[in-house]
Amino acid sequence: MDLDLSAPHSLGTTIIGVTYDGGVVLGADSRTSTGMYVANRASDKITQLTDNVYICRSGSAADSQVISDYVRYFLHQHTIQLGQPSTVKVAANLVRLLSYQNKNMLQMGIIVGGWDKYEGGQIYSVPLGGTILKQPFAIGGSGSSYLYGFFDQAWKEGMSKDEAEKLVVKAVSLAIARDGASGGVVRTVIINADGTTRNFYSGDSLPLWHEELEPHNSLLDILSSSSPEPMST
Amino acid sequence: MARFAADVPTRGGFSFDLCQRNEMLLKKGNQLPTFRKTGTTIVGLVFEDGVILGADTRATEGPIVADKNCEKIHYMAPNIYCCGAGTAADTEAVTDMVSSQLQLHRYATGRESRVITALTLLKSHLFSYQGHVSAALVLGGVDITGPHLHTVYPHGSTDTLPFATMGSGSLAAMAIFESKFREGLTRDEGIKLVSEAICSGIFNDLGSGSNVDVCVITRGQTEYLRNHQLPNPRTYVSSRGYNFLKGHTEVLSTKITPLKSSKVEAAAEVDEMEE
Repeated sequence: MDLDLSAPHSLGTTIIGVTYDGGVVLGADSRTSTGMYVANRASDKITQLTDNVYICRSGSAADSQVISDYVRYFLHQHTIQLGQPSTVKVAANLVRLLSYQNKNMLQMGIIVGGWDKYEGGQIYSVPLGGTILKQPFAIGGSGSSYLYGFFDQAWKEGMSKDEAEKLVVKAVSLAIARDGASGGVVRTVIINADGTTRNFYSGDSLPLWHEELEPHNSLLDILSSSSPEPMST
Repeated sequence: MARFAADVPTRGGFSFDLCQRNEMLLKKGNQLPTFRKTGTTIVGLVFEDGVILGADTRATEGPIVADKNCEKIHYMAPNIYCCGAGTAADTEAVTDMVSSQLQLHRYATGRESRVITALTLLKSHLFSYQGHVSAALVLGGVDITGPHLHTVYPHGSTDTLPFATMGSGSLAAMAIFESKFREGLTRDEGIKLVSEAICSGIFNDLGSGSNVDVCVITRGQTEYLRNHQLPNPRTYVSSRGYNFLKGHTEVLSTKITPLKSSKVEAAAEVDEMEE
C-alpha cells in the first residue's frame, strides 16, 4: 500500500461546467489527495476570479492555485483599465496564455465559466497543454472519464437553471461513485445576469447508485448533540 | 515569485551540477549523508475564541532520535504561529524568513499582521522551489478578520480548514480529530483534544515522540505552553546521580602537547568615543 505523504497534493477530481438558458452552472467534488491519503475532504475547487467569472481546478493543487492567483490579479488590473466587468473570453484566454507558455512546468486542467452582457453564459475548457475550447458543456478531472457517455445521453440545449443544476449534481455523484480520487461533498456555483449563487450538497444527501450501501448510523451522530454541521471553509 | 518560462537561474536557487556525480558515488556504494527530518505529528484546530496549535518534540535523523525535545511551533508574528513538519532546516529557515518579512511589513503598514499575508508569502516561496524545500506547515493565528487555520504543502498548495493535521503522525492524529472535533469548543476542551491528537501520534507513529507542545492564540493574547504534557519521562534515573569523580576512570597513558604560543598584542589605545 503506497501511502506517500510527501507526494504532491493533487486534486483527483471531477469538475463540470454546463451552460443553460441564461447562464452557467459549475460543479465539483471536494477531495484533495496526497498519494492514497485524503488530505482535504472538503476542499473548494471552484475558485472566484471576478464577480462574474469562476474557475474549476483539477490536477496539481499547487499549480492550479498559483495560476488562479495570477489570473485574478491580471483580471483585476484589466477590469480597472477597461472600466467595466471583464468578459469570460478574456479570463479564459488569460488562463490559456499562462497554461500554454508554462506547459512544461504545469500540470493542471481548468474549466472557466461565467456570464457577461455580450455573450451571456459561456464555458471554456483549458486542459493540459494549454488549448482553449469553447463548449456548451465541459467535464474534467480523473472522474470525468466516467461521464462522457452519461453526458452524450443526458445533455440537451436550452435547459432551465434547475434542470442544469440537477444534471451537474447527478453527474458529480455518479463520478464520485466510480472514481476513487473523487469524493466528499458536491459544490455548485450558478452564474447568471442576477449574480452568483453557491450551493452545497453534503455526501449523505446525494442519490445512491447501483450497489452502493445506505449510510449507517455512525459514532459521529451519537457523540455530537446536534446533527453534524457541514464543514465551512 | 516563480521564474516562469525562464532559463535556469544563474545565481541563487538550487544548483543541480553535482547530481550526476552523486548518483555515480551512490552506485559505487557511498551513502549520502542523512539530514535531520522532523518525523512529526503537528495539528491545529479552531475553537470558539481562536486557534490552538499542537506538536510533538522528536527530531529524527534516519532511525536515530537527534533531538528529544525540539521546538516545532515557530513564531511568525505575535498573533500568528506555525507548526513545521519535514526537513528541520527547511521549516526553520522558511518560517524565520517569512517572520522577518512580516515584521518589515508591520513596520511599513503600521498594522497587525494578517494570517493570509503569512500564507501568501509561504506559498509563493515554496511554489517557486517546486517542492524541493521540504516544509509542510500548519499555520494558525487570529487577526482583525478573525481566527484562521491553514495547511501549506511543500509544493505550494494550501488548504483552509477548521481542523488539520500534518506529518508522519497525521493519520493517527486525524483519527482523533474526526471522531471528537466539533465547532465551538471551549479553550480547555480544545487543549485537551489537541493533546490527545498529539499523543495519538506520539504513541502510534515511530517518527513522533517525546512531549506535547501546545500554543493557544486568541484575540490579543497568545500562550505558548511548552512541554504541556510529558508522557515519556525517563523511567530510571540513578539515585546516585551522574557525576563521575576523578579517579573513577583508569588512565592508560598521558601525552601533553603545548599549543603554539602566539603573543597577542594588548589592544592599542582606543580612541575615546566622541559625541
